[in-house]
Amino acid sequence: MWMLEIPPFVPFFVGALIAAVTRGTLRGAIMVIIPIVSAYHLWMVPEGIHLQFEFLGYQIIPYTADRLSLLFGYIFHIAAFIAIIYALHVRDTMQQVAAMMYAGSGIGAVFAGDLLSLFIFWELLALTSVFLIFARRTQRSYDAGMRYLIVQVLSGVILLVGALFYAAEHDTLTFGFIGLEGIAGWLIFIAFGIKCAFPMAHNWLTDAYPEATVTGTVFLSAFTTKVAVYALARGYPGTELLIYIGAAMTCFPIFFAVIENDLRRVLAYSLINQVGFMVVGVGIGTALALNGAVSHAFNDVIFKGLLFMSMGAVLHMTGRMNGSDLGGLYKTMPKTTILCIVGAASISAFPLFSGFVSKSMVMSAALENGNDWVWLMLLFASAGVFHHAGIKIPYFAFFAHDSGIRASDPPTNMLVAMFIAACLCIGIGVYPSALYALLPFDTGYNPYDATHVLAQTQLLFFSALAFVWLNLKGMYPPELHSTNLDADWFYRRLFPAALQRSTSVIVKADGAMRQMFMTKLSHGMAFVARQYDGKNSLFTRAHPAGSMIMWVVVILALYLFLTFIS
Amino acid sequence: MKNNKKYLFDNPLNVKRILYVLYGTCAVLFALDFVINRKIYHAWENLWGFYPIYGFVGCVILVVVATWMRSFLMRPENYYDPEEEMSNDDNDDRSS
Repeated sequence: MWMLEIPPFVPFFVGALIAAVTRGTLRGAIMVIIPIVSAYHLWMVPEGIHLQFEFLGYQIIPYTADRLSLLFGYIFHIAAFIAIIYALHVRDTMQQVAAMMYAGSGIGAVFAGDLLSLFIFWELLALTSVFLIFARRTQRSYDAGMRYLIVQVLSGVILLVGALFYAAEHDTLTFGFIGLEGIAGWLIFIAFGIKCAFPMAHNWLTDAYPEATVTGTVFLSAFTTKVAVYALARGYPGTELLIYIGAAMTCFPIFFAVIENDLRRVLAYSLINQVGFMVVGVGIGTALALNGAVSHAFNDVIFKGLLFMSMGAVLHMTGRMNGSDLGGLYKTMPKTTILCIVGAASISAFPLFSGFVSKSMVMSAALENGNDWVWLMLLFASAGVFHHAGIKIPYFAFFAHDSGIRASDPPTNMLVAMFIAACLCIGIGVYPSALYALLPFDTGYNPYDATHVLAQTQLLFFSALAFVWLNLKGMYPPELHSTNLDADWFYRRLFPAALQRSTSVIVKADGAMRQMFMTKLSHGMAFVARQYDGKNSLFTRAHPAGSMIMWVVVILALYLFLTFIS
Repeated sequence: MKNNKKYLFDNPLNVKRILYVLYGTCAVLFALDFVINRKIYHAWENLWGFYPIYGFVGCVILVVVATWMRSFLMRPENYYDPEEEMSNDDNDDRSS
């Protein structure tokens, strides 16, 4: 097999290098060709270990492939290809190089066979992606990027410490099932959890993604969280705790999404909601649930990318992203509107769209496994995701009140990228067997029976009815310019404020103590000086001239003595 | 705006039509519950109109709770960076 030993991330890193030294059309062409060639190569790659060596007595496996990693490899290639086309008009070396490196790091991470290689790609993901946020070149994006970087690097450091503990406990670094045992298990779990946007550790995502560039967000939405889902699926399948964490992740973001004004931030919240479905699937850990989790990750990359692309197109053409400033864009951006609605239908899991064929697996698995309450939460989250991502996003951007903005459809390359994604959404929804054939397990699952289709359609249509009813009643919360507090308040407000407050208290107390001591000291000195005043002793403040002369004589005598003996 | 063209939903009748289609579909779907013999995986699914009611009530609760959350979560837009001016300029991706 030609270049079998070349790990799939290498073409992307080489592409980044070439992109750094080329310009214009040539750079664009190279960037488009690389994922195609690399994907063709990956299609030929069989399962098994393809590259390994020994390092400090441990087996390091930078490149190994099985069905799970291959599936993520395919979807990352598709995501990179679509996002690169979407970003073809961009002329910004920093962004383009960072995007190639970022895609390569994501692909590298899913083929890493040991924890040390995984750690390296884990940190590379953080370091390369942050430039997609910085590239917006505003103070806001710089601040958000720094916060993002701190959280991501922290996750990497915890992973490294966990890996060291793991090596000490098991005497191997091979990345397989880990489980919540020992310090290593928990540390690695926390590291994965941060990247996976577990509740309370999720704000790096909602903070940074909406501040990235139009095209940067499309890349960001594809890789980081999905690498984390992959890592959980490999290291912690069947961990019960994940079911509850995932269920929480599906539910709480939808409340924030309903009241959020920045439409890309709404999508960031709904990204957490979708990742929650995957985490539940991994937590249940049966063949059906794991299939559901990874296939949902596969579909989510495409439909979430499509939604971010359509909102990016709106931002690109109008310069606005707040629901309160937009509306009525269907009039002049009809193509974007239709493509956005396809993405919205997919994420809402309408039958015949991609979300349906994967989300229903996770929900069926939850029922089969006896997690009734979790199933109810997922059902609520399904209705909720339709509400905020399926209706709110297209409604406030393209319909609602007429904002008077008459922006035209975006450049052709953006439309082409969205069109490819939309075709994949519908294609997978109509013909799910193509996706099912790639899944790790063969479960013979069929989403298109009357039960599933009817239940899901009823749920969605009555959610839409609720939206209409609330709107007609005027009960729907209007889009307002605002910031909504979330867990990031703790580290963006409370801790800095507490630190500032406590620092100022400490400084004040310190100053007061010094002042007091100095006053006491000078008082004491004055007192002592008064006691010995005019007595010509060591403590006297003013010495008489006679004693001075005597001391001068003593010094001169000493000097004479020293010259004499030397 | 220079563009005075009438668009699809500028006509309130078209909006009404869409809504009637939605109401009709909902009614049909609700009725189908009694026609189609679905597989039951969970006891609650036996309840009369479980999915439609769950979807409707769930969404209303979602919106009501979210609106209530605004009362204590909402802050001015520049809450975290008061001295900085908010800019909506699309100075990102340096398109040529």
